[in-house]
Parts: sequence; C-alpha cells; structure tokens
Amino acid sequence: MDLRGKKVILHDNSLRDGMHPKRHQITLQQMIDVAKGLDAAGVPLIEVTHGDGLGGASVNYGFPLHSDEEYLRGVIPHLKNAKVSALLLPGMGTVEHLHMAADCGVSTIRIATHCTEADVSEQHIREARKLGMDTVTFLMMAHMTEPAALAEQARLMESYGAQCIYCTDSAGYLLPDDVTARIRSMRETLHPDTQIGFHGHHNLAMGVANSLAAIEAGAVRIDGSAAGLGAGAGNTPLEVLAAVLERMGVHTGIDVFKLIDVAEDLIVPMLDQQIRVDRDSLTLGYAGVYSSFLLFAQRAGKKYHVSPVDILIEMGRLKAVGGQEDLIEEVAQNLADKKAKRSAVA
Amino acid sequence: MPKINVALIGSGNIGTDLLIKALRSTCIHPVWMVGVDPESDGLKRAKALGLKTTSDGLDGLLPHLVADQIQIAFDATSAYVHAEHAPKLRAHGVVAIDLTPAAIGPFCVPPVNLAEHVGKGEMNVNMVTCGGQATIPIVAAVSRVQAVDYAEIVATVASRSAGPGTRKNIDEFTRTTANGIEQVGGAKKGKAIIILNPAEPPLIMRDTIHCLTNTTPDQAKITASIMTMIKEVQKYVPGYRLKHGPIFDGNRVSVSFEVEGLGDYLPNYAGNLDIMTAAALRTAEMIAEEMLTGKFNPIRSA
Repeated sequence: MDLRGKKVILHDNSLRDGMHPKRHQITLQQMIDVAKGLDAAGVPLIEVTHGDGLGGASVNYGFPLHSDEEYLRGVIPHLKNAKVSALLLPGMGTVEHLHMAADCGVSTIRIATHCTEADVSEQHIREARKLGMDTVTFLMMAHMTEPAALAEQARLMESYGAQCIYCTDSAGYLLPDDVTARIRSMRETLHPDTQIGFHGHHNLAMGVANSLAAIEAGAVRIDGSAAGLGAGAGNTPLEVLAAVLERMGVHTGIDVFKLIDVAEDLIVPMLDQQIRVDRDSLTLGYAGVYSSFLLFAQRAGKKYHVSPVDILIEMGRLKAVGGQEDLIEEVAQNLADKKAKRSAVA
Repeated sequence: MPKINVALIGSGNIGTDLLIKALRSTCIHPVWMVGVDPESDGLKRAKALGLKTTSDGLDGLLPHLVADQIQIAFDATSAYVHAEHAPKLRAHGVVAIDLTPAAIGPFCVPPVNLAEHVGKGEMNVNMVTCGGQATIPIVAAVSRVQAVDYAEIVATVASRSAGPGTRKNIDEFTRTTANGIEQVGGAKKGKAIIILNPAEPPLIMRDTIHCLTNTTPDQAKITASIMTMIKEVQKYVPGYRLKHGPIFDGNRVSVSFEVEGLGDYLPNYAGNLDIMTAAALRTAEMIAEEMLTGKFNPIRSA
C-alpha cells in the first residue's frame, strides 16, 4: 500500500468516545490535562462531550460528572492550536445544544445519524452551516447498509450542507475490504470538495488496518483515541496510527512521541478497566453490536446472572441501533427467564 | 343514536387512519375530509366511504360548516398550517383537535387530563406527540403517587413510521414531548429521546419511561398506580403492553412498553401513529358525548 505524500487530519476522540468506558466521569482536570497534551503533540482536532454527544446526559446513557458546557468552557481556553469538536445525535441533541456549543467556542460540529436515517440531520446541518461551523456528519453503524446505499445517504447530508461525511464503524465490525468498498462508493458519489472521514472501533483489532484502507480509498479525516480510550475495545489507538502513518510517509503534523506520552502518562492511569479486545468487546465486533452497549450489557449480566456475550448476541439479532441501551435490561431478563425455565425442566 | 358531525382536515396517513377509526364510533359521524391533493389516497378513500371531500383545504370546507352541522374538526396537517386553521375554526365555533405539533391549545393526554379540558369547554386541544401519548400517562401514574423530580422517555420507532414532517424537525418532537412530560405528566423536569430503527420486518414502537422520584419510591403504590393507568390506556389502544418493569433502583423507577397499532390504515408496527389517532378519537368522543347531553359549554376567552 502506497500512501506516501498524502495529508490526513487525525481527530482525537478520547475525551468523548472515551467517556463511555469512564461512565462519563472524566474530571475537568483530566480533560484539561489530556487536551493540553494532545494540543502540544500537534493533534489538530479534539472532541469533548458526553459519550453520546451534546444532550446525552440522561438516565438512559448516564449522567456525566460535568455538563457539556462545563467541559467545553473548561477545556477550550487552554488550547493553543488544537480546535475542539462536539458530537450531536439528532433525536437527543437539539439546535439549542448546537448554539450552546458554538457559543463555547466549538469550531467543528459532528452530527451523527444511523446509517440509513440521514434525513433527520437536515435542520442541524443547516443551522451549523449558518453559524459558520466546520460541519461534519457521521453515518453510524455503517456495516448495517451496503456501500451504494451508504453513499446515497452521504449525498443527502451533502445536499443539506455537510462538508465532511464519515463512514462510522460504531460496532467495530467492518474489515478492510468493507471499508474500502464504502469509502470508494462515497468518494464516487460525493462532490470532490466534500471530504470523507472514517471512525473505527478496535473490537476486531482492525482499527489501524481499516484506517489505512480508508485513507487509500480517499478518506482525509481519521478518528482515533489516545491509548484507544473509547467504547468497546476502544477506538483506533491514535498514537499507533500516527506512528504507522509516519512510517508510511503520510503527513499528519503529529509528534508521535509526544502523543505516546499522552497515551501512556495521562490516559492509561485514568482507566477503570483495561481497554482491550476481550470476550465481551470481541463479541461486539463479531456480532455487529453498538460498542457503547458494552458496560450496560456487563452490568445487566451481573444483575440477572446471564452472560454479557449472550446479551450482546441477542442485541445483534434484534438489530438494535445506537441509543437503544434501554432494551438491554429487558433482553437480560428474558435470557434469565429462559434459563430458569430450562433448569426447571431439567 | 344521535351523533356529532365532524370534519377531518389532512388526508395523509394520520387523517386516513383516523377516518377509519372514526367510522366505528358510536357518537361521532365523519362527514367531511379536507385535503389539498385531489389525487391523494386519503381523499379517494374518504369519497369511496361516503364522505364529502374537498381538495381546496380548509377554505373549501368553511362554507359548509353550518349546513352540515360540523362541531368538531381533527387537524392532521402541519404545525404551520394549523396555526392558520385554529382562528378560523374557533370563529366558526368548531372545536379543534390538533394532531400537529402546533400546540396552540393545551396538551391533551386522555387518561390524564381530558376530563379537565372537556369540563372547561376548551375549543382547541393539542395531542402532544406520539411519544408523549405513549409515555406521559405513566409519568402521571408515578407523579400522582409521589413527586417526580425528573422524567425521561426513550421512544424507539420503526423508520418507516416516521414521516417527512417528523424527520425535518425532529427537535420539535423532543421539545414538545419534554414539555408534555412536565405540564401533563407532572415531572419537575422532562426529557425526551427518539430513536429510529430501520430493521425489517419493522419493529413495533417501544417506549421506556424513567422517573426519578423526590423521595424513596413507594414500590407497591407506584406499581398499582401504573397498572391502573395501563388499563386506562388499553381502553383505546388495546396493543399497549407492559414489556419490562417497573424496575426500582434507588429513586429510579423504570418501565418499558410496546405499542402495537390496530392496523386500520397504518400497519400494526406503527403503534406510534395509532396511539395518536386513537387518543384524538377518544378526545373527540368525550367532547361529543358532552355535546349530546348539552353539558359542553365552550370556553369564552380567545
């Protein structure tokens, strides 16, 4: 693979996607320290919000230690070069949240829908453009639709004003060829000025390989997280990707060793559990399940004495999409009931 | 048995489903169907079912209101259009049941506050949102037992049942539903989340309600109150089914439901749309019953 001379924007998600494994409890000081470290390492974009985006604070997804506004106002003034982005899922976050984020100094908004539901993002995309924001969109759970259909949805977002559209592998299910097919199809369908991005999860340990495939097929923005801090087995580990890209002659503007230090010295000591491919997170990638379901399935598994693997497989069978965390406890109880019935018969 | 004559404004999916339900009513009689597209399936169907129809919008109906004794009108157009309709209907003394997000009149969730609106003689009531109709009764069932500081609902609906109006302005759903949770459900603070799922075959509408009570929840009383409320909702939406809970965890009370529609015009999975039309019909029927017994005194204020 020859990527020499290509230029790629690496976007760190540890302070947003990383909120999932931290149950949205990252302290303000940790946020500031990590963001400053990333800034010093030359990371151009850093996402800061609740794991589920603006307005994600809820019983269903978890209440954060601080509000989105507190985090954003806390972090942004400390940054010299890096810009801050915020995530927004229509149906949860609203145009009011968008205005609040813009007011805090967020320059890039990332508006995310399920891969077949692009048309719910129109009002938010148009408003973000009106505010002059760098307007990026996500087509989540991109494995659940075919490349041509994904490109069609991307074209809708482009028609509303999106400037960069991501193929988002929320379940960490895609393999490199799947990524290539999707990015290629998007690249063929979209206007040459519209950028394409890729957001990976490392559930099948494909984060770096998939990102390379995406770059080869035309993606110019790639997400990752320092030390992989993100949902499931984490995001693409950003310091690993930066090192690989440097070896391959791709320009990222990042100081690899400074980024490694952020991962090792700041993120790793923050972890409540190891972020790695293990029994449960591997199941996410294998069965195509939304990565943020991981901790919910583990908690429900404990409460109802069933295996999180079985819960996640069942969520996959039910074709649950991002946000359906409220279904997990019911699935766990149903599995427990079935188990009780089976042992009664035996 | 005498019936009250009604008009249906809006010949889309909601208006047509409502028509089929209204034809079964023992106290209301659908006379007019109003649309803007003479080729719409709704208008054609209404005509075939013996209704008078116009494709000239509300202005096509106004000259006939008196002669046809129209006393109640359902409006299933859009928030923008209903804002124009509301004063015209009021000027003609027609009670408006608003299924759009316009929310010009007070929110109406039948098992919670319909009787109150009817007693006051409200001339315009708003049916909140589909998610609101499916969840606010449960918030109210908890808040009538003890104070609810915060209530949050998550509505998951089949992609196919979310029309272009909802998609273009999904914020309106979250905002209006949250307001309804507070104003009608009785929660101090409300929050609403909507999720669209494209799975095939389409999934049946699913709703989760989380309430945070001010003091430790009285489990027995809250459970009994919820069970009573479910029966109330089932009177007009038979497919309203408890799926999970109530779960008590600290001050949290969580319950999940499935809402299956009757499949009149819209498919069974679209319980979200069915609960709107069923609630609107129930509202019209209660007003009609009061009108028939001479007890409905229209509110005087503008």
